Amino acid sequence: MSEPLAIELSHVNKWYGRFHVLKDASLQVKKGERIVICGPSGSGKSTLIRCINHLEEHQSGRIVVEGHELTRNLRAIDEVRREVGMVFQQFNLFPHLTVLENCTLAQTWVRKRPKAEADRIALELLERVRIKDQAQKYPGQLSGGQQQRVAIARALAMEPKVMLFDEPTSALDPEMIGEVLEVMVELAEEGMTMLVVTHEMGFARKFADRVVFMDYGRIVEEAPPEEFFANPKNERTRQFLSQILVGH
Amino acid sequence: MSDATLQREPPGRPWRAVAFEWLRDNLFSSWTSAVLTLLSIAALVTIIPPILDWAIFHAVWSGEDRAACLGPGKGACWPFIASRWGQIVYGFYDAVERWRVDIVYVVGAIGLAWLMIPRLPVKLWVGIAMLTAFPALVYVLLSGGMFGLPIVPSTKWGGLLLTLLISLTGIVVSFPIGILLALGRRSTLPVIRILCVCFIEFVRGVPLITILFMASNLLPLFFPPELTFDKLIRALVAVSLFSAAYMAEVVRGGLQAIPKGQSEAAAALGLGYWRTTAFIVLPQALKISLPSIVSSCISLFKDTSLVSIIGFFDFLQVIKAGNSDPVWSTPNTAFTGYLFAALVYWGFCFGMSRYSAYLENTVGGGKVGAGRT
Ligand SMILES: Nc1ncnc2c1ncn2[C@@H]1O[C@H](COP(=O)(O)OP(=O)(O)O)[C@@H](O)[C@H]1O
Ligand SMILES: [Mg+2]
Repeated sequence: MSEPLAIELSHVNKWYGRFHVLKDASLQVKKGERIVICGPSGSGKSTLIRCINHLEEHQSGRIVVEGHELTRNLRAIDEVRREVGMVFQQFNLFPHLTVLENCTLAQTWVRKRPKAEADRIALELLERVRIKDQAQKYPGQLSGGQQQRVAIARALAMEPKVMLFDEPTSALDPEMIGEVLEVMVELAEEGMTMLVVTHEMGFARKFADRVVFMDYGRIVEEAPPEEFFANPKNERTRQFLSQILVGH
Repeated sequence: MSDATLQREPPGRPWRAVAFEWLRDNLFSSWTSAVLTLLSIAALVTIIPPILDWAIFHAVWSGEDRAACLGPGKGACWPFIASRWGQIVYGFYDAVERWRVDIVYVVGAIGLAWLMIPRLPVKLWVGIAMLTAFPALVYVLLSGGMFGLPIVPSTKWGGLLLTLLISLTGIVVSFPIGILLALGRRSTLPVIRILCVCFIEFVRGVPLITILFMASNLLPLFFPPELTFDKLIRALVAVSLFSAAYMAEVVRGGLQAIPKGQSEAAAALGLGYWRTTAFIVLPQALKISLPSIVSSCISLFKDTSLVSIIGFFDFLQVIKAGNSDPVWSTPNTAFTGYLFAALVYWGFCFGMSRYSAYLENTVGGGKVGAGRT
């Protein structure tokens, strides 16, 4: 069977100066698939997913997202960014705009939606992430968990086909991690293609279709979670899992 | 601070106790602060009464010429200012045409007040009018030569009119240019970046007087007379470009304070460079740099007095010229003139400073940078 691919990375290489940060990374993500990416700090996880919406530029290899190949061409970049939403570790909400304005700004200027429609869509999404009553507040008045849920709503308002999450819960107090993960699980149930960088292994086990392990810029192992956790093939994966699972 | 202390007191405390506590906490909290407090009081007691004596209690308030202000024990000579009032406000603008300047003053004041008072509506339209129609009106009214208005050459403009004209033009023109220079200096395109850096560093490395000299004396040597604009326009361009370089550095400071995550989040949402800049980065950067922007404006306002060196009779120069008028020549005349000049400059600058403090507390609702865990 040949299911259509949402994302295809083939032999992607990237350097920061002389530092080889992504080494021949290849990954295929099917539509609706949920991928968790894990690995030690500095292994290139953020760089990998930031290449997918061209926040970072790769130097060789191919990246194709929803049928658009990422090249230097600005049109291609715009088209890919229309299909891809992103949620950051530090939320990166716009502090000078209200929660509602955070969710409507790009709708108005990129999707060219009339204000009423943009507001309606934003409020629907804020309701879905259970934060509609805070719509008129500023991000600085919300807790971390609430801010991250707003960030998810803001990305969803652009109706992306793919969502990228870069350690969405790492900056949160422990009691707020659950509320964000819950929203992500609901999103997955609706069939969104998702790539999540996270250290929440319990979440990965339940949520992921596939777990990808990165080390020193390489994709070292990828497997369904049962297999990945029960029976990792690579020595580095085993070391990593034993370290990270001790803490849990 | 004192308000907060007072409010926190439970009701019914005798005010003496409250006052005593305030004094103890704020003025005499330690030996050093007690000594400094006493020294400050001593300094104020020695300085303030003589000044008040001279400027108010022993001042001369009316008179026709120097005779009124001469004599032992007399203070400031205020009728001198009154007799010069016309020149101070209008320069050498033809007396019968001064109503044209009055209209400019009144329209300008109403427009500015409209923009500064928060409750008034349609700010955007008033702002657009003040940036387009108002300068045109100023030009037509002040220069004349159109609509049957007699021409008044810019060499006759002076006094407060000239000072306000130069400083407001400088502020309004340098602001957008400064923003563009600041953005250009951070551009990824090397040509733009180098051009902006060269311009900013050149202008900041040269005193304003030099730039004014170049504009007034050097340019006419290089360009044929048909191409050299009115000297006032050259001075306006010089002041604006000078101020723009400083504005650029101030704005750049604000831009640097905005975390990279902000523009990344905007880019990830599909916003391009200009929209990200206009809606996300600049509003935050300008809010952060507001105090420095206003400082720049205040400096510029005072620096405009340098145009006297290229032959303009600005506010300060008109007063200075009056000081040596034999009709009013007394030992107190010059002091009176400079005290008046200082009070006027201080009034404008203090106004700007208070308005900026007010803006800092109100603009943009949420605090910039707040809420990051
Ligand atoms: N802008 C950059 N310039 C130079 N090196 C960078 C830059 N960003 C990241 N790196 C380096 O690249 C490596 C991978 O970073 P990153 O993708 O953030 O890792 P991870 O997300 O897995 O912790 C790290 O060693 C980091 O120091
Ligand atoms: Mg990372």
